[in-house]
Amino acid sequence: MNSLADQFLVLCLLLNFAVLGTSRLNFSVRSVALQGVLLGVLPALVHPFSWHLAFIVVSIVLVKGALIPFLIIRAIKRAEIEREFQPFIGYIPSLVLGALFTTLAFIFAAKLPLAPEHSGLLVVPASLATLMCGFLVLMGRRKAISQVLGYLLMENGIFLFGLLLADAMPVMVEAGALLDLLVGIFVMGIVINHISREFSSIDTSRLSALREE
Amino acid sequence: MLFDMLRDPAVLVLCAITLAGCSGLPGLLLRHGPLGQRLASAAALLSSLIALPSLVYLLFWRQTSSFTLNWNLPFGPCEIALDPLSAFFLIPIFLVFPAGALYALGYWPAVERRASERSVTFFYGLLACAMALVVVARNGALFLIAWEVMAVSGYFLLVAEHAEEEVRGAGTVYLVASHLGAGALMVLFSTLFFSTGAFQFPAAGSLQVTAGLSTLIFCAALGGFGSKAGLMPLHIWLPSAHANAPSHVSALLSGVMLKVGIYGLLRVISFFPHPPLWWGALLTAAGLTSALMGICIASAQKDIKRLLAYSSIENLGIICTGIGVYLLAAASGNRLLAYLGLAAALFHVLNHAIFKPLLFFSAGSVIHAAGTRELDRMGGLAKRMPRTAFLSLCGAVAICGLPPFNGFASEMLLYLGFFSEAQAGAPYLALGAPVLALVGGVAVISFVKLYGIAFLGAPRTDGSARSHEAPFSMLAPMGLLALLALAGGLFPQLFLALVNPALAALAGPGADAVALPVAPAWFAVAGGSLLVLSAALFLFLKGRAKAVPAGAGPTWGCGYIRPAASMQYSGSSFGALFGSLASTLVRSRISAGKVAGVAPAATKLSYAPEETVLQRIVLPTISIIGVGFAFVRRLQHGEVHVYILYIFATLLLLMLWVH
Repeated sequence: MNSLADQFLVLCLLLNFAVLGTSRLNFSVRSVALQGVLLGVLPALVHPFSWHLAFIVVSIVLVKGALIPFLIIRAIKRAEIEREFQPFIGYIPSLVLGALFTTLAFIFAAKLPLAPEHSGLLVVPASLATLMCGFLVLMGRRKAISQVLGYLLMENGIFLFGLLLADAMPVMVEAGALLDLLVGIFVMGIVINHISREFSSIDTSRLSALREE
Repeated sequence: MLFDMLRDPAVLVLCAITLAGCSGLPGLLLRHGPLGQRLASAAALLSSLIALPSLVYLLFWRQTSSFTLNWNLPFGPCEIALDPLSAFFLIPIFLVFPAGALYALGYWPAVERRASERSVTFFYGLLACAMALVVVARNGALFLIAWEVMAVSGYFLLVAEHAEEEVRGAGTVYLVASHLGAGALMVLFSTLFFSTGAFQFPAAGSLQVTAGLSTLIFCAALGGFGSKAGLMPLHIWLPSAHANAPSHVSALLSGVMLKVGIYGLLRVISFFPHPPLWWGALLTAAGLTSALMGICIASAQKDIKRLLAYSSIENLGIICTGIGVYLLAAASGNRLLAYLGLAAALFHVLNHAIFKPLLFFSAGSVIHAAGTRELDRMGGLAKRMPRTAFLSLCGAVAICGLPPFNGFASEMLLYLGFFSEAQAGAPYLALGAPVLALVGGVAVISFVKLYGIAFLGAPRTDGSARSHEAPFSMLAPMGLLALLALAGGLFPQLFLALVNPALAALAGPGADAVALPVAPAWFAVAGGSLLVLSAALFLFLKGRAKAVPAGAGPTWGCGYIRPAASMQYSGSSFGALFGSLASTLVRSRISAGKVAGVAPAATKLSYAPEETVLQRIVLPTISIIGVGFAFVRRLQHGEVHVYILYIFATLLLLMLWVH
């Protein structure tokens, strides 16, 4: 692992905080997209060149950096919202919790029984921290679009973990994971559109009528 | 090569199972008209035409074939096998399924029942296919998958008329009960997995485990399979499910699905080389209790299908008694008794799969014609639908265990078993004979009530007065089943030839080489002479009636000047005497308006039979459990964010735990 890759990972960690600390949805979407692009480029820095790798890098950068942000921003425009008001967990507490989880991730990663060539890398703690920040966004925000962003953050964390195995991963698995993600975003996009059309709001905390009485 | 494969009867049976499962598929695509349903019925008939000869061939030559499906389950190889036991239990499936599919053409026609017909037809085939898969599966995981498909397709069939509140309630109870049963089966198969190290079923008589583990396996099997078979007190789902399903579905559920539970029990027992004595004692006691309580409760019912459903509990109790007697005899080394018990059980499995669908079909025709399920609103149907009445009479005589029909033959085997014990040192088992006789007697009361109130007398309502004979497509399967019931009673050796291979597969080779205490030919002689005698009596009485001129009046007219239909015996008055004796088991809750003054205004009286065990014990227990688990409901409040918090907390806990 070279120093450039490490710098990328640190940037990813910082982007987590950018998402946690802002109420502007457009900015969050761009941060997540930038994180996706950084992560997409990482395999090219870590592993030796192969056509398989090139395919992964290009497709990830295209999907995460262009296609998904495009879809989400279009959804934001349609639903006519710009900001997340009154989240369950405020922005300052979110940042504090994010810092706490990042620290926990570093402590936990140090104790994980990893393979010798993987221990001591920044990849595992960064991945765990991103995953937990994703969870935090999912739990703390009201708007359906913020939930999509949390989901994307979590996916980025999982992807980072998978980076350790990129050599062993067949193309089909990669393609499958990407396709899953894309379908997930599509479904969420459709759901968001329907929610905002039916209820003139995309506040997910109001969606509790379907529970069993 | 394909031709060679198709000459193998086992492959043919597998093809038939697949065909049965796919029979409803064209109907899902064809949106309009009756074509889909007709195709499904044709496929069902074809599958049974393929399967039944192959099954008989497999049984006669006592062949066992096994196949490994090319399906990478994570639970080891996916094996299916057709041994005589499986082949035997496939026969009821391929007998009742096509009969029901044919019956559905007239009973649940696509043109009138446009909304529900497609799903009913589809799940009907799927249910038959899943039951067949359960019977042939030899891998615990595959078994559970097929079991679950069976349970769920049963649910969708059951809620065909889901617009009615009662039907939805029955469906929910069924779903909960069958999942509790499936939970017990999961315990069963995981225990088997821990004792053998694989999900494959162990070969017959090869499971060597400690006494504690074998007790656990047996109890889990009794819980899971017993609840499917409707043994008391695990029967709570059964009456309402069978009463609220369409009749051809009830026929399949009662005639076949309950037997799948019996199959599972027999299969699990077959794993053990020496089942202990107390298993047999427990099964015998449970069986006799179910039989007696089931039929007592049946006699108090006013809903024709509920009556039949409780009578299913009785019959399954008799089957279970047979299995218990077999286990008792096997543990004490009595070969004759072992043969009689198991042969009675298996024979009765076949018999019940013949006369119970027949009775459900006739109940369906009656409901179709009279427009109600309540016996007290029918009456006089024999004049309006004579063929249905005759066929119902055949079914009723058969189910009461009277000659010359098949119910007599199988119950006779059990009586012979009990009597053979009468001269033993400790003749406790012989006490089963009077219990069985009592069951038979109460069964006669119940079915005299069913037949007498529904078919005889004068119509009680306009609906039953306007009733009409069922179409040919409904009468044909009933006629076929009635013929089979008669054949089984006159020539029990035909059915015993099917029973014996399955019996040898369970009890070990040579177990079926036992001479019956009564030669089978006597059944034919006795049944035949009974038929001849009754025919002679009938002709004699008819001749006399012609000779003497007689006035014609309404039934139950009793010489009154203006007889009315409401003067007749009703179902409840007929059953009142016995009902007072059985009031600890079932009582009628009567609600009536007040009658006061010299000229009271019109008022209403209604009554509903209420099962004491269910109302006083089972339901209160369930509601106490519900109160105890109320805090779980608070966890489910509909806030997505907090659900995510649950996931996150679990993840953190897991991380700490691994740590």
